[in-house]
Amino acid sequence: MTAIEFTTTIEGSADEARIHCMGDLNVRADEAMEAAYAAAAALGASRITLEFEDVGYINSTGIALIVRLLTAARADGRTVRAVGLTPHYRHLFEITRLSDYMEILDDAPIGAAATPGGEGA
Amino acid sequence: MTALTRPIRRLLGRESDPAVAVAAPVAAPTAEAPRSTDEPTIAVEIPESDPLLAYLQTAAGPVDLARLELDSPAVRELRTAGVALVVPLVSQGELIGTLNLGPRLSEQDYSTDDRRLLTTLAAQAAPAIRVAQLVREQAQEAAERERLEQEMRVATLIQQQFLPRELPNLPQWQIAAYYGPARAVGGDFYDFIEMPGGRIGIAVGDVTDKGVPAALVMARTHSILRAEASRSDSPGEILARANALLVPEMPARMFVTCLFAVLDPATGRIVLANAGHNLPYVRTADGVVELRATGMPLGLLPDIRYQETEGIVDPGSSVLLYSDGLVEAHDPANEMYGFPRLAREMAVDDAGSELLDRLLDTLHAFTGPDWEQEDDITLVTLRRASGVAEAVTPESTLLTQFSVPGEEGNERLVMDRVAASVADLGLDPARLERLKTAVSEAAMNAIEYGSQGRPDISVEVSVETTPRAVVVRITDQALSGPVPSDAEAPDIDAKLAGLQKARGWGLFLIRAMVDEMDVTSDGTSQTVTLTLVREEQAR
Repeated sequence: MTAIEFTTTIEGSADEARIHCMGDLNVRADEAMEAAYAAAAALGASRITLEFEDVGYINSTGIALIVRLLTAARADGRTVRAVGLTPHYRHLFEITRLSDYMEILDDAPIGAAATPGGEGA
Repeated sequence: MTALTRPIRRLLGRESDPAVAVAAPVAAPTAEAPRSTDEPTIAVEIPESDPLLAYLQTAAGPVDLARLELDSPAVRELRTAGVALVVPLVSQGELIGTLNLGPRLSEQDYSTDDRRLLTTLAAQAAPAIRVAQLVREQAQEAAERERLEQEMRVATLIQQQFLPRELPNLPQWQIAAYYGPARAVGGDFYDFIEMPGGRIGIAVGDVTDKGVPAALVMARTHSILRAEASRSDSPGEILARANALLVPEMPARMFVTCLFAVLDPATGRIVLANAGHNLPYVRTADGVVELRATGMPLGLLPDIRYQETEGIVDPGSSVLLYSDGLVEAHDPANEMYGFPRLAREMAVDDAGSELLDRLLDTLHAFTGPDWEQEDDITLVTLRRASGVAEAVTPESTLLTQFSVPGEEGNERLVMDRVAASVADLGLDPARLERLKTAVSEAAMNAIEYGSQGRPDISVEVSVETTPRAVVVRITDQALSGPVPSDAEAPDIDAKLAGLQKARGWGLFLIRAMVDEMDVTSDGTSQTVTLTLVREEQAR
């Protein structure tokens, strides 16, 4: 399997922005993640949900991107939660204690279909 | 002139029969001519300092002893033996012997024709006699070489009889030993002795002298140590009793240096006493230290007491016991290998028996290919496994080996290839995911630091499996130096507060994912070894 470019789609409202992530979450996803957060912030959402169902690979640089997003969100008074993590990556979120600062859901909440929104990396 | 210091056998012809001339090939003390008769021979030794030698060396022809005015003990001795005429035998300018003749039967002096004939005879005989001398010398040297080689074969045989047939098999310990005899076999030995309570006695020793005598003393010492180890568990007492037994029977100018250690494999406690041997090195998490204990070599003086010292070999630590053949080896420039070099090599954190192999590699690199080993070399290494993952499983199978360009992003490629190589092992999916993350992170470090992201600097990867574990080795060129092992532990609170940078999770993740991570470096490359136990165990 080769590396898969990271892209996002954003959907949401003032209550919640849903960032649907696709591809490999690593250092190359930096710009895409920043753009996605900016798009979510533009919606004025008080809560951001990161959807990981279509993410097959997360490494330490990807975790660093989550930390940066979380830092920005906390500074902006937004909560962050994650959904769709595989058991392995859920384990990574737990041992890094990201889970102390973001709720991790087992399944994606039923909601509207994702629509294109964020900029691809 | 060494040849002439050898006995000159002189055939005394019948006093009345000058026709039997005297043949005296200097370097042929067992000349056939005398044996062919029943006549007695008289050995006339001419010391190198005797002036007759210098005289004969330059003499133009036969020398009439009656007319020779020379203050020479040899001349007097020859005259006493009845020699009247001495004909020098010179080959290629070197005096190699003389023809010694008694008086003529006619009692007349030797004529001019006689002397001319003798001169011609000497000129023709000298080269032939020289050839005979050389052939005889070579035969003697060959016989001496054969005798020495036979002695070395016997010495080697004796020593090999007393070296352990197999190494102790201790859970969580990796024990390796090496014995390399010099051509002139020395008296090195090592031994492992089972002791009560599961403990192991370890002896490493060196008998002064070489060859069969040293081998015999080694064999005797070996037997005494074994016997005494069955009577006491104190290394100091064992050495003291061995010394008491060896002193009365030790050949002159010989003695034995010996280190005796008692290891408790369950606790890592090691107690040792030392009879003049090299101090063992211990590599701990804090560095390399010597376990110091002093005492006289065995067999020199009676009533010696031996100090004991003890320590704990912690998990992950190694011990090296060795003879001086290693530290006293020389390179082509005659520089000695030395203790500082050994201590530096010891400081490298090897897994398993690699310490011993690496020490030998560095020794051979130091001495060069044409090295003639001066002394026996004995090495014994003990390593206590640092965790469950490092249990001894020698049956290793190489699953794959490859390299990738040191280019950012290739960690993903490394991860996928490693995952594919272990696909048939039936790893639990969760454990496979852990291995993949660890490999990815280690490869990313190798690319970022070891290759500095340069595609022309490759990263080497190998994957092995044993019945217990999967072992992945990732080697880089360490362009940025070693990955700091004391890097700040990542703390999410500090990161969110801006007190730590967002990155810095790599080593933390690797350590969390696999059962063992070892980092070794040889100055030009660095290898991260990841070990994942194949079956889930209580952690």
